[in-house]
Amino acid sequence: MFAPRFGYHRVSSVAEAGALLREHPGAKLLAGGHSLIPVLKLRLAEPPALIDIGRLAELKGISVEGEAVRIGALTTHAELAASADLEEHAPALAEAAGMIGDPAVRNRGTIGGNVAHADPASDLPTVLLALDASFEIVGADGERTVAAADFFQGMMATALGDDDLLTAVVLPARPPGQGQAYAKFAHPASRYAVIGVAATLEVNDGVCSAAAVAAGGLVPVPTRAPSVEQALVGEPAAGDAIATAASQIGTDLGDDLIGDLFASAEYRKAVAGVYVQQALATAAERIG
Amino acid sequence: MSSKIFGSGIRRREDPRLVTGGAAYTDDITLPGMVYAAMLRSPHAHARIDDVDVSAAAAAEGVLAVYPGADTEDALQPVPTAWLLPDSDLQVAPYPAIAKDTVRYVGDIVAVVVAESRYQAYDALDLIAVDYDPLPAVTHPQQATEPDAPQLHEGISGNQALHWTVAGGDIDAAFADAEVVVKERIVQQRLIPNAMETRAAVAQYRQASGELTFWNTTQNPHIARFICSAVTGIPEDRLRVIAPEVGGGFGSKIAVYPADFVTIFCSMRLGRPVKWTETRSENYQATTHGRDHVQEVELAATKDGKITGLRCTVWAGLGAYLSTAAPGIPTILHGLMLSGVYDIPAVKEDVFGAYTNATPVEAYRGAGRPEATFMLERLVDKLANELEMDPAEVRRRNLIPRFEDGHDVITGLTYDSGDYPAALDKLLDHAGYDDLRRQQAEARNEGRYLGIGLSTYVEICGLGPSQVAGAIGFQGGLWESAIIRFHPSGKVHVFIGASPHGQGEETTFAQIVASEVGVSPEDVRVFHGDTDNTPMGWGTYGSRTTAVGGAALALTARKIKEKAKIVAAHLLEAAVEDIDYEDGNFFVKGSPDRGKTIQDIALMANVSWDMPEGVESGLEASTFYDPPNFTFPFGAHLAVVEVHPQTGQVKLERYIAVDDCGPQINPVIVAGQVHGGVVQGIGQALWEEAVYDDSGQLVTGTMLDYAMPRADRLPEIEVLSTVTPSPHHPIGVKGIGEAGTIASTVTVYNAVLDALQPLGVDSVAMPLTPERVWRAIQESGGD
Repeated sequence: MFAPRFGYHRVSSVAEAGALLREHPGAKLLAGGHSLIPVLKLRLAEPPALIDIGRLAELKGISVEGEAVRIGALTTHAELAASADLEEHAPALAEAAGMIGDPAVRNRGTIGGNVAHADPASDLPTVLLALDASFEIVGADGERTVAAADFFQGMMATALGDDDLLTAVVLPARPPGQGQAYAKFAHPASRYAVIGVAATLEVNDGVCSAAAVAAGGLVPVPTRAPSVEQALVGEPAAGDAIATAASQIGTDLGDDLIGDLFASAEYRKAVAGVYVQQALATAAERIG
Repeated sequence: MSSKIFGSGIRRREDPRLVTGGAAYTDDITLPGMVYAAMLRSPHAHARIDDVDVSAAAAAEGVLAVYPGADTEDALQPVPTAWLLPDSDLQVAPYPAIAKDTVRYVGDIVAVVVAESRYQAYDALDLIAVDYDPLPAVTHPQQATEPDAPQLHEGISGNQALHWTVAGGDIDAAFADAEVVVKERIVQQRLIPNAMETRAAVAQYRQASGELTFWNTTQNPHIARFICSAVTGIPEDRLRVIAPEVGGGFGSKIAVYPADFVTIFCSMRLGRPVKWTETRSENYQATTHGRDHVQEVELAATKDGKITGLRCTVWAGLGAYLSTAAPGIPTILHGLMLSGVYDIPAVKEDVFGAYTNATPVEAYRGAGRPEATFMLERLVDKLANELEMDPAEVRRRNLIPRFEDGHDVITGLTYDSGDYPAALDKLLDHAGYDDLRRQQAEARNEGRYLGIGLSTYVEICGLGPSQVAGAIGFQGGLWESAIIRFHPSGKVHVFIGASPHGQGEETTFAQIVASEVGVSPEDVRVFHGDTDNTPMGWGTYGSRTTAVGGAALALTARKIKEKAKIVAAHLLEAAVEDIDYEDGNFFVKGSPDRGKTIQDIALMANVSWDMPEGVESGLEASTFYDPPNFTFPFGAHLAVVEVHPQTGQVKLERYIAVDDCGPQINPVIVAGQVHGGVVQGIGQALWEEAVYDDSGQLVTGTMLDYAMPRADRLPEIEVLSTVTPSPHHPIGVKGIGEAGTIASTVTVYNAVLDALQPLGVDSVAMPLTPERVWRAIQESGGD
């Protein structure tokens, strides 16, 4: 567990980081280090340089701007979990952040590093997909914004280019009357999601008017569950209707399920509905 | 003995340094001129080595030397096993410290690099070019003994390292006459011990004097000294082994390892202090594993639930080579405990120890006894199911009744003392067993699956009489020694041969001395773990440190007291027979207020101005204590679980442990040992498994894959006890280090299977992962 030799640069601005990325092809950005450092120690990657953005204050913190919640890329999981703003405006994100790893991981790991790594078993991408988040990126050609559905492109693959730096994640604030929840089947060793389900529900006159469901851990890229969502709308947000809708998840997952030593693809597919149902039922309970 | 100190849950004196980072482990040792070793380990489970080219590595920046097996072949003797089990056709395969011609498991050392820094050493590992010719591998202990299995060692037919048998009574008649027979095939999966501190060594060889100081993370420094001397050729008197703070072992630090000898070799060659510290990945590959049994077991009984016979065949995976104590674990420490707490008239077991292309297997907390307890306690539950009797009732009908001074069992052992019915009654009473069964029935009506699991156990501890050690082929003694030295001010130094590494004996041993001679435990310092300043000892394992070392210490304290009485009698101008003692005060009968304290006597003995005639100066004593028998702690455990029928998730709702380790010196430490042991055993039932793929790669090679128990998955553990002193022990204590692990695996397993019983499931492989439980439910067709 000894990393290979690498160059190290601590930067004081986003612009400086961008310049160094262009100057050192193959260089990696270092934030909380909770994905990158293990990869280095296992010698699975040998980047020529690490560009430490960990002290860029401009990338830290959570702010509510009108109908949007803006989360700096360096905000830690612990900060997400403890944020009163998120508790109010994006509770599923706070809930999921509180389930990541253990306290030491949550105190160091950042939302930006997490989504840039795009592990399919990670918790936050699933929630961000359900909440229709967007990602602010600074690249060689300036700034751009990418929607979550376009950001996560494959297993450990995102819309980020080699010279790009993710600066913030932006979410629409939870509308009044919406319930949110994240349900997780954690791997007993890694604590990554074997199955993670994020759900939002809105109800008018006892009938579901809108629903968003995303699932992670099951397929190479977290995915929305349109069949489940459609089955919910127009139905009562309770009991049997939720169970029936949740059972649609198999259709949405398709055939490219992840399987490993701990949980096979067949098993994950068979039990995914239980967690969809749990997330939906909890979201329904939380509708104020 | 003062009741105030013995039995008091005073805080562990070890903890402040351990929890504040103030403890110094082997890796904290830094010496002038020190350099760093890194081991190149085989990526193949089985391969011929055609060539090792170290030239590029040797030329790399900072590298002092690179040694392949050809360099150590003549300098280091083969790594020995220290348990030469008789009557077992034991086949000891040559075990080179560095493999030269063949590698036999992923992790076998192929070369060592020594460099000025760790990073340089690891960088250079990548530059060693090894030409391997891969061979077929086998990692499954039963498959290894089959005719077409790949063969690991020349001249050892069928990979069979040993075949050992234990038998008593007429087993054939028992099965011929049986009214009921239940059977099971059980896999005790391979486990990784996961001590918090990985293995490490620092070797400082002084070429001018030929002396070696060797800091080593070991459970038994004196054994390490003896074996290091035999392998490296450094005379024992010039070899000092120091076990600094040792961060847990669970059996994995009993063995003396190839990397230890290689580190010493490097220091001898280079004349520089050499440090080697294992990485966690390396620990998973190369530090010994535990369990790895395949067991075929059958139990004969009458229709009213009386057990009449137990017969089994066990294939025990021993890994690629025999580790230090390996041959004794699945045999002596396993088979002799077959009949457990029950009165069983006939038993027979065949144990086949197999070489496999996997990490060597050693003692792992419980070492043989959890595997024995599991077989018996699982089959007792199966018998209860078969007879539609309550499992508690079946146990009750078979328990050995209370005995205070010896009970012979069918395997040839004599248990020291026991009251098994009392432990079971206390457990059931505390648990509210009848209520639990009612709750279970109600839950089943609601479609919820609660399970209640039981086990009763007895284990063999306090290893052990040295005569027995010799008879069973253990290449050492099993006594312990202690020295107590009083300083003029009445402060006390204790030197022990045992080598605690987390068990808290610095505290409990101070309590023993304090209780025996009436000093404050604060005035007693306990020294251990350095072969140059402690007396000979045989190490800390098998729950023996308090049971054997504690006895040596108590007897030593009593010698101190006897001498103190003589001095007191002289100073009080009385006859020794007229001297009474109470709580550190020696006085003429009837005059306690005009006595001499132990401190007064220590001062006089040290200055020696006025000693009785013929009595030596000083207040110091020592004892070599060789126990007349083993000790046999016992208990009864219960778990309550709920199984989610759609996902197979198991939730542990309650865990209750009733353990009897005899009188408790420190009940807080006892509870801590029970907590840790129970959790480690639950780990085997629910989460842990070292998995090799067909080519012999360790698939669960990191903590991302190998699931350790975590606090948030566990309920509060309810710890209770009964107290049955050992009749042959000076202070009656029996040992508690392994009890929890021995009982808890099968307790939780039985609870899960009890939950699944209405679904028609009667067997699931461990660990009971959600998918395995779910599959078992699917395959049973549900209710």
